[in-house]
Amino acid sequence: MTSGRGYRRFREGGIQLLLMLCASISVLTTLGIVVVLVSESVPFFQHVSPLAFLTGTRWTPLLEPRSFGVLPLVWGTTVVAGGALLIAVPAGLATAIFTSEYAPLWVRQVLKPVLEVLAGIPSVVYGFFALHFITPHLLRPLVPQTEVFNAASAAIVLGIMILPTICSLCDDALRAVPRSLREAAYGMAATRLEVSTRIVLPAALSGVVAAVLLALARAVGETMAVTLAAGHTPKLALNPFTSIETMTAYMVRVCLGDAPAGTVEYQSIFAVALLLFALTFAINWIAQRTMFRFREVYE
Amino acid sequence: MSATPAAAAELFRPALSRRRVAGHIFAGLCLAATLLSVVALATLLADIAAEGLSLVSWRFLTRFPSTLDPLKGGIKSALWGTIWVIGLTILFAVPLGMGAAIYLQEYARAGRIKHWIELNIANLAGVPAIVYGILGLALFVRWMHFDRSVLSAALTMSLLSLPVIIIATQQALAAVPNSVREAAYALGATRWQMVRSHVLPAALPGMMTGIILALSRAIGEAAPLVVLGAQTYIQFTPEGLFDMYTVLPIQVFDWADRPQKEFHQLAAAGIVVLLAVLFVMNSVCVGLRGWQQRKHLG
Repeated sequence: MTSGRGYRRFREGGIQLLLMLCASISVLTTLGIVVVLVSESVPFFQHVSPLAFLTGTRWTPLLEPRSFGVLPLVWGTTVVAGGALLIAVPAGLATAIFTSEYAPLWVRQVLKPVLEVLAGIPSVVYGFFALHFITPHLLRPLVPQTEVFNAASAAIVLGIMILPTICSLCDDALRAVPRSLREAAYGMAATRLEVSTRIVLPAALSGVVAAVLLALARAVGETMAVTLAAGHTPKLALNPFTSIETMTAYMVRVCLGDAPAGTVEYQSIFAVALLLFALTFAINWIAQRTMFRFREVYE
Repeated sequence: MSATPAAAAELFRPALSRRRVAGHIFAGLCLAATLLSVVALATLLADIAAEGLSLVSWRFLTRFPSTLDPLKGGIKSALWGTIWVIGLTILFAVPLGMGAAIYLQEYARAGRIKHWIELNIANLAGVPAIVYGILGLALFVRWMHFDRSVLSAALTMSLLSLPVIIIATQQALAAVPNSVREAAYALGATRWQMVRSHVLPAALPGMMTGIILALSRAIGEAAPLVVLGAQTYIQFTPEGLFDMYTVLPIQVFDWADRPQKEFHQLAAAGIVVLLAVLFVMNSVCVGLRGWQQRKHLG
């Protein structure tokens, strides 16, 4: 009651302005990312034509003759992220079906913290696990000529890393399917397998696809685990038991190598980052569209 | 149209026993997939504990890393670096994130601009961490000349954790029932008085949970700091905003990246310390959640 109406109005306006500035930081961050990536890639693209960058099949930024064809790095990312999906999508979807259609409630309550812990373990820990356990104790006994750094071990740990995302988002999607659909199917004498795979799964498909895409975006951008496990040999190889290099691992290699600012290899990390940003943005955008556009709405 | 009984039987073949067997196989596969995540977690923890637990001691926590006699070294510089970076990140990101969430939830009118900002924040949460490192490298290290300092690291980490903090705190605010707001307005409160003394206290435990989860993700994140030029072997702890630093995950990365066996032991020990820090933070979260639930019941 001590402060007058004018003061109070002034204070309210000031606070609102301050809070609005806080919210605008997020818009500025997006703007900053785009401006930095584009403006810092311009010098690189003055040396290397964008076409040669995007379609070249040799990436030798540190060796003469230099060549900046990004496809080997994109291939490395594709192999590792694709392998991760190959592991995590069937496993995650089956887990979600089990928890939402089969298991009693306590299974879900036990599984939830396990998935939370898996999701909370830092990337570098998974990288160590790949080097120290997956390659010597899992891959070597099966494929003896596996290299120390290899794409397969990176794909496996990446699969474990994105498993929680796929499990929990698919579980949400399956649970959102109304009970009446299931009961109608059971009424027609369908077995639980048929209800799960022919009724519930198709009804929840948009959510499942969005979950897979979000997990894919995360796998593409993942850095430390992949850098530790997959090595630094950019090449277009089909054999997953040999070393490759992903886009993210290349950026780490240049940054650890103390490339002086102004050199082409230093500028190249901005171009690679721009490509990575564009890729993950596109995948996330499609995921969001899928979620909104193709969602089946039930009463 | 009348089918003969034989034709009808041909059309409707329940084949129940076959379908039941298929169902059991499918259920078994789903159970196996569910166990996979539990097995993966157990294997990972067992592998790391077997390799690193024996090395973790007070000496390991209080000594600088050593190149000459690696096993005698420790993680003092990394531990202090993490405390510095995360402490500063809390200072920058928590007020900004809470402010943004309060604006979006309590002030902004529903409309195109609000929708657009929220979409933008969701997109930012999906940007790979290493891209934030590139942003920080250009913005803080080079343009603002903060160099490879604790300050650059904390500012970058703040930008990285802001979207997650905003989303989590906004959810906590949205969970406060509208009747609380209306009660405050009915007593003649202004919007800010309503937010400060009614909505915030009710939403605080939920907000804290979200903030701690976001920070514990930042603690384990090494990629942006590698891009910013964090050092790996440092023989001192930071004493000011412009000092060099290293953090736990980067120290672990450096050890794990070396081929010699003793460094792998060090890496595993570092991971034990890192996971212990995360475990403590998550316990605080669980405690807060329980406290909030009790408060609601009481």
